[in-house]
Amino acid sequence: MSALLSVRDLSIGFGTGESVVTDVNFDVEAGQTLALVGESGSGKTISCRAALRILPRAAQIRSGTITLNDSKGTAELMEISEREMRSIRGNRISMIFQEPMRSLSPLHKIGNQVSEVLWLHRGASESQARTEVLEQFERVGFPDPQRAYDSYPFEMSGGMRQRAMIAMAMVAKPELLIADEPTTALDVTTQAQVLGLIKELQRETGMALILVTHDLGVVANMAERVVVMHKGRVMESGPAAPILTAPAHPYTKQLFDAAPEIPDQEAVGLPMPSEDLILQMKDVSKTYTMRASKGWQADKAIHACRGVDLNLARGKTLAIVGESGSGKTTAARIALGAELPDPGGEVLFRTSPNEDPITVHHMTRAQRTAFQRKAQMVFQDPYSSLSPRMRVQDAMTEPLEIHRVGSTSEQRDKAAEMLQRVGLNSDMLKRYPHAFSGGQRQRLSIARAMMLDPQLIVCDEPTSALDVSVQEQILTLLENLQDGLNLSYFFISHDLAVVARIADEVAVMRRGLVVEQAPPETLFYNPRHPYTKALIAAQPEPDINRPIDLKMVSLGAGSPDCWDEAFRFSDTVIPSLVELEPGHKVRCHV
Amino acid sequence: MIMLRYAVYRFFTMLLTLLVVSVLVFVIINLPPGDYLSNQIAELQASGQSAGVAKAEFLRAEYALDRPMWEQFLIWIGFWPGPHGFSGLLQGNYGWSFEFDRPVSEIVGDTLWLTVVVNLAAILFVYAVALPLGVLAAARSRTWIDYTSAFVGYLGLATPNFLLALILFYYGHQYFNLPIGGLMDPSFEGEPMSWAKLKSILIHLIVPTFVIGTSGASAMMQRLRANMLDELGKPYVETAIAKGMAPSRMLTKYPLRVAFNPFVADIGNLLPSMVSGSVLVSVVLGLQTIGPTLLTALKTQDQFLSAFILMFVALLTLIGTMISDILLVMLDPRIRYEGREA
Repeated sequence: MSALLSVRDLSIGFGTGESVVTDVNFDVEAGQTLALVGESGSGKTISCRAALRILPRAAQIRSGTITLNDSKGTAELMEISEREMRSIRGNRISMIFQEPMRSLSPLHKIGNQVSEVLWLHRGASESQARTEVLEQFERVGFPDPQRAYDSYPFEMSGGMRQRAMIAMAMVAKPELLIADEPTTALDVTTQAQVLGLIKELQRETGMALILVTHDLGVVANMAERVVVMHKGRVMESGPAAPILTAPAHPYTKQLFDAAPEIPDQEAVGLPMPSEDLILQMKDVSKTYTMRASKGWQADKAIHACRGVDLNLARGKTLAIVGESGSGKTTAARIALGAELPDPGGEVLFRTSPNEDPITVHHMTRAQRTAFQRKAQMVFQDPYSSLSPRMRVQDAMTEPLEIHRVGSTSEQRDKAAEMLQRVGLNSDMLKRYPHAFSGGQRQRLSIARAMMLDPQLIVCDEPTSALDVSVQEQILTLLENLQDGLNLSYFFISHDLAVVARIADEVAVMRRGLVVEQAPPETLFYNPRHPYTKALIAAQPEPDINRPIDLKMVSLGAGSPDCWDEAFRFSDTVIPSLVELEPGHKVRCHV
Repeated sequence: MIMLRYAVYRFFTMLLTLLVVSVLVFVIINLPPGDYLSNQIAELQASGQSAGVAKAEFLRAEYALDRPMWEQFLIWIGFWPGPHGFSGLLQGNYGWSFEFDRPVSEIVGDTLWLTVVVNLAAILFVYAVALPLGVLAAARSRTWIDYTSAFVGYLGLATPNFLLALILFYYGHQYFNLPIGGLMDPSFEGEPMSWAKLKSILIHLIVPTFVIGTSGASAMMQRLRANMLDELGKPYVETAIAKGMAPSRMLTKYPLRVAFNPFVADIGNLLPSMVSGSVLVSVVLGLQTIGPTLLTALKTQDQFLSAFILMFVALLTLIGTMISDILLVMLDPRIRYEGREA
């Protein structure tokens, strides 16, 4: 018997350029999970999309065959007509996309969009489809299927939307599901739950899965077979266990070495020193009021930050970890003075140990200018944080021009020096940002932030848009810069593994509150708060013997009401941070 | 239920806006020094015709032009008793046109609804042309369909309306025997409505509709094409294709629905621009719309006439925006359910 889907000698290219996918071969057996692993630009997405012939207009399939062989018969997917292809899409092969936020039409009800699959392929009536879809909703874990059916996508969280997408992909009971980075845009705890769901559904229905991902941790948790791709070619393929435990190909090894891991050895971290603090946040809260849409309702207060107390010592790294909406970015913006804290909160900044601190939110004009030179920021998305219309040189010298530092030629020399410092060539100064890769651009962003010789750099998820091997390089660069220049980092991330590597102290935030705070060694070896435990448990590890502990995840990532009595908090009753051991604070009732 | 409540709310805000507009209209019209009668009196006195002066003085008192400004305004609206008790816009008395020496209602009477008819026809034309062409141009972007429609569209934008009108009249008459000028056959003027009259009006409408609507249609087409192209690149379109939908159905159900919003929001803006844009065309085509009358009234400071026409146009605009707002709420759940508990 031949495989459910077999791809043979597939080559795809754009226009007259070289092929971006070359001679790719792989098979998926019925009921099996195949992981297509690679970094951006490896051709993994485009080769699996070729199976449904959903390709960019300019792409052409140059050679190869893709054969589907399921219980409904055999089809040569490269040769059949568009009409026949349509009867396969969503019916025999379905697909889930990366961004659940944007993959559903904002103007149609979820129920309508999911039922459509049945209308199209089964000719089902509205009410028949509804019953089936409600069943499917129940299966993918909607607490109230009826309500979900009549909801619009914007009324749901990212995780719920991805569940709706899964329901849509599964409702026609296809024998093959292609999931293109299905959890990359989700928070780590949500990712764990969605992966768990896919696995469970697969067990129930016996469907095969092609999982496209860049995350080896996800692969270790899901896959039975692995195909590693690089620059459009298959590097290594075979059963998951041997590849994950003893990769043969050097590229696979390289991927593994780059993947940061959460340490699991016992170690005692040193608490953040309490002398020579460069930045102090004292009781910082931030409340946004959301105007009620209807006149008769009261405005809603949203607590982005509640009583945040953090200290950052000179030359150290303080990391804030949390999911989207936890208030970590707001805290950073307040620290930089971009946002005013609620009355009562205070942020202090010291240029040198013996000097009087500056209160960041009550500065004179001269103080503000001085502060801006000392505190800089590196942003998350290197693609949108550099102006595409400015040469690298102009983007780099701009901060110096604004602060009137040095002559034009001195500014240029400084820019060239900084480029070399971040590992780029000074002859790249005349280029525009589009000529650089993601990793190079992030180096540029860092170089730009360094131009004014700052003492404090706020890094807002600086590596989350990058591939793992590039992430590794950027983290190393940040470490080297810190050692060389005695920089202090205020580091924001959702990725515990990254934080474990770079931070001297970690604060875990949830709903605007710091729930646990400790040096990383202590935090990862001895987490006390259920939410921290959930975050650690949800982190997919590239180790096939350490699957995600879903129970731990759902317990800690749920609402604070389901935590142990000692940790619960509500809008009115909030326990205070208690120091359990030196440098390890947990928010709990004692 | 939400809809009804919103519609009622929107209606009241419209009335409020109308009141504000009436103040503005009144103030603006009275901004230039003097009024029609004082100008006339000055002229008569200069030429020594005292009989005329007496009549003008009488009219001034009759229409309360000798009173303070705020009182004049309230009398005009009908909130305040004038020389003949409450008799303003609210009571259905639109005032007196000094220039034409006839009541305003008599002058504007027929032209009011003809204006509405011409502009409605033009708007329908705009939507009927722009919608399919815009979608087609986007779906077949960078093919000859796209280029041709863009070329014709820009041609439509760039040609002055009155020139287009003259050209169409000539060829329309020569080849299709379309009538020249006017909105109906002269023999029907002042006649009660009949099938024959309606038919005559419809035939006369063809050229004006085309002329007034062309530029609006091509502008809207280009906008719809751009919106559609934006939407076509979004992931939900891919999702729909991955479901196995046929292209035509996918296009109309998903991206068009999203791209349609700005289209609907335009209804309100379209009306006033059409009314003011069609003045010149109306002059050239000899249409009995309100445009040419407004022009005369403004030039001669015929204040009641111009104020009434301006109020009428404002009312049309406000009704247009109200309709588009209500439609938007109906079309877009994101507006409708904003703030609903998830």
